[in-house]
Order: sequence, then structure tokens, then C-alpha cells
Amino acid sequence: MSAARPPSALSATRAVLYKELTLERRAPQTLTAMALFCASAFVIFHFALGRDEVEGALAAGVLWVTLALAALLGIGRSFVADREEGGLDGFLLAPAPRTALLVAKATTLLIFLLIVGFFAAVIFSVLLLGPTPNASQWASLALLIVLADLGIALVGTLIAGIAIQTRARDLITSILALPLLIPLLIAVTKASEPLLTVGGGTLAWRWLALLGLYDLIFGLLAYALFDYLVED
Amino acid sequence: MPTTKSLYGRRLPGYAIATAIVLTAAIGLAFFYAPIEADQGFSQKIFYIHVPLAIVTLGGFVFGGIFAIQYLRSGDTRHDLRSYTAIHQSLIFCIGALITGSIWGKAAWGQWWVWDEPTLVSFLIVFLLYCTYQPLRFSIEDPERQARYAAVFAVVAGVFVPLNFIAVRLASPLIHPRVLSSSGDSLPGDMRIAFYSAIIGITLLFITICKYEMSAKHSRAQLAALRRSLGGDGNEPAPTRSAAPRIALK
Repeated sequence: MSAARPPSALSATRAVLYKELTLERRAPQTLTAMALFCASAFVIFHFALGRDEVEGALAAGVLWVTLALAALLGIGRSFVADREEGGLDGFLLAPAPRTALLVAKATTLLIFLLIVGFFAAVIFSVLLLGPTPNASQWASLALLIVLADLGIALVGTLIAGIAIQTRARDLITSILALPLLIPLLIAVTKASEPLLTVGGGTLAWRWLALLGLYDLIFGLLAYALFDYLVED
Repeated sequence: MPTTKSLYGRRLPGYAIATAIVLTAAIGLAFFYAPIEADQGFSQKIFYIHVPLAIVTLGGFVFGGIFAIQYLRSGDTRHDLRSYTAIHQSLIFCIGALITGSIWGKAAWGQWWVWDEPTLVSFLIVFLLYCTYQPLRFSIEDPERQARYAAVFAVVAGVFVPLNFIAVRLASPLIHPRVLSSSGDSLPGDMRIAFYSAIIGITLLFITICKYEMSAKHSRAQLAALRRSLGGDGNEPAPTRSAAPRIALK
């Protein structure tokens, strides 16, 4: 009888990712909460700002602050089920590389953020956005959402990995994530501003470069440090 | 049996005396030797405290990250203590840099806080991030896990600092007084001597305080170990939850 071979990183990642997405499909919690949060936040902004329509820097601020806060909900839930139901222990007992957990969790969070990001952008354009972006501006905005969500997913997974072992999990997630996301939010709001302005504008490459640098650095950091977070 | 000689207190008196001498000399040079700046007048003197505080703060955060990497590689708790102390003291120096920066802003631009000033804004963001270091440590009970997670945080935050400076600088117009160019020759000679003395003085102050904190923590751990070895079983207080590293005595 031959000994069972340990799963490869790819098959372990695929298994965890499948588990995460199946869990959300069977009992939708995180995605619906994030989407509802965004819609509610836009309504609150309408009354708090006293405006029917926003544009330019204000529009970029409203959209990205809402998405960043919605992301906190997703980050906060990222490891909760695994911790409470023993999934984390099960994974650690399996002879699978730890990086598989990082990649699967970050991909799950990225998928959630992308769905919520595109949903929020559409809802925002209907409810609050004054100018109507043209096709190329929508494409630029979509590129920004992808790059920003990638950064949020990487930082978020790292933070969720740290916060899950703490007593004050929700508090630690929020106070750690928000300062870490500031450079990303600076870049993405500045880049979005001309796209949401009357008359329109184009995407500034330096902000894209900064977003790319942010994603790269935190990707490498998450890869290098994640093993230390799931040692026991 | 714990050693009676404190590991971290050996060179403390020497550092303390050197700090007192250099810092006094730096203050003397700043106020009596360096000329009054033509544009800003006497209020520019705060530069001799504010800039060294800011430089030492950033250095402390970087060293906190380096010690954290050493801890992650070796598992030696002394590196964790060094990382903790460097970040703890840098946070206090950071408050000093923010307050002196704010005072300078009031004197130079008439406002306590200026959002157009990228260095000060970056410092505020870095301060907010490092403020979470103590709550993070405090919320993890197991000392080994606390040290490991704090080290991961210290490395992430150490890498975040330059990225944050780039982002904030790109987003703001540059109005901060450029007192030092890359070659360091934009400062007149008299001012430069006072400025460099202040940097050395504040650095020595930082090292002395760090050594003092480590020495105090080590002495307290020794005292607790001695109490235990004297047979105080049952009477000693239960170990309390703490953000500070647990020191293992050999």
C-alpha cells in the first residue's frame, strides 16, 4: 500500500478557495453585508452632505471611504469561521504548504471586494454621482478597482491573520487596517478624481504606479510573513 | 539562579552622562552660537529639536523592524525586548516631533496644523499606525505568540513607513522648509554644527532611555525570580497580562 502524497500548493489553494466560496454561496453573510453597507453609506452621505449629486474629489472620497469601510467588514470575517469551527487547526494538521492558505484567503477576499466594488460603483453612479463617465472612464475606474482591491485583499489577509489570535479581534482589525490602507486610499482617490469630474479627465499614471508598488510590496510582505502567523 | 548583574544596565551611567553633556552643549550651541534665521526669526530654533526628534523617531522604528526580523529568525526573546523598547520609545519621541512640528507650523504659517505639509502628515499617519502596537501586544496573552505577532507587525510597519512618505509627498505641494539638501550643504556652517550636535544629543537620549527601560524590565524580572527562589510560594501575585515582553532569565 502506497503512502498518500501531500497535496501540492495549487491543489491545497484550490480546495480552500472552493471551501470558502461554497460557504459563502450556501450561507451568504459577508458579501451581502458588505453590499448592504455600501448602499446604506451612500444614503447616509446624501443626507450628511446635504447633496443630491457629488463630483470630483468629493465623489472619489465618498466612493472609496465607503469601499474601504466595507472592506473592513470582509477582513474582519476572513478567518472567523475557521477559528471558531476548527478549520484552522484542520488546515495546520494537513501536510499542505501554509502559503496555500494565504493565497486562498487573499483570493477569496479579492473576489468579494471586486463584486462589492463593481456593485458599489454602479449604485454610486445611480444614487449620487453627478457626471456620467464615458466608456473609457468606466474602464479606467474598473482598473483602479482591481488594483486597489488587490492591495486591500493582501493587507487585509495579513491583518486578519494577525487579528484572529487576539482577544479584541474587531478592534485590532480596524485600528490596524485603516492606517495601513492610507497610502492606497491616497493613490486611488487622487486617481479617481478626474474620472468623476464634469468634463472628465484621464488616469494619471503615477497613481497607478503607486498602487502597483503598494500591491507588490504588500504581496511580498504577506508571502514572507504569513507562515509566522499560522505556526501553531 | 538568576544573575545579579543586570544585563542592560552595564553602560547606562556612561550613556546618561554623555547624553547630559552633548544635549546641554547642543542647546547652548542652538541658542547662543547658531545665528537667528533671517526669514523665521527666533521661532526657527525649534528646528534644532523638531528635526532630530523626527529623524531619531524614524530610526527607532526602523531598528524596531530590524530587531523584529532578528527575533523571527532566531526566536531569541532579547531581540523582541529590543524591538519593543525601540518602538515604544520612538512612539514617545514621535509625539514630541508632532507637537514641536505643530508649534513650528503655528509660528511659521500661523496654524497649528497644516495639511499641505507632507512630512508632518506622514508622521501623523505613522504615529497612528504605531499606536496600535501596544494594544496588539496587550490583546495576545501567550508571550511567545505575542512576541511573534508583534514582530510581524513591526516588520510590516517598518516597510510601510517609506511607502507612506512617498504617497503623502506625491499628494501634497511641497512647502516644508528644506533645511538640508541631499548633500547637506544648504545649512550655514554655524547652524550645521548646532544641528548635528542636536542630532547626536537626541540619539544619545534615545539610546539611554531605551537602555534604561530594558534595564528596568530586566531588574524587575530578576526580582520576581529571586522572590520565587526564596520560597515565596503561594504568596506571589499571579502573572498579569502585559503588553511588555516576558523576560526569560537564564
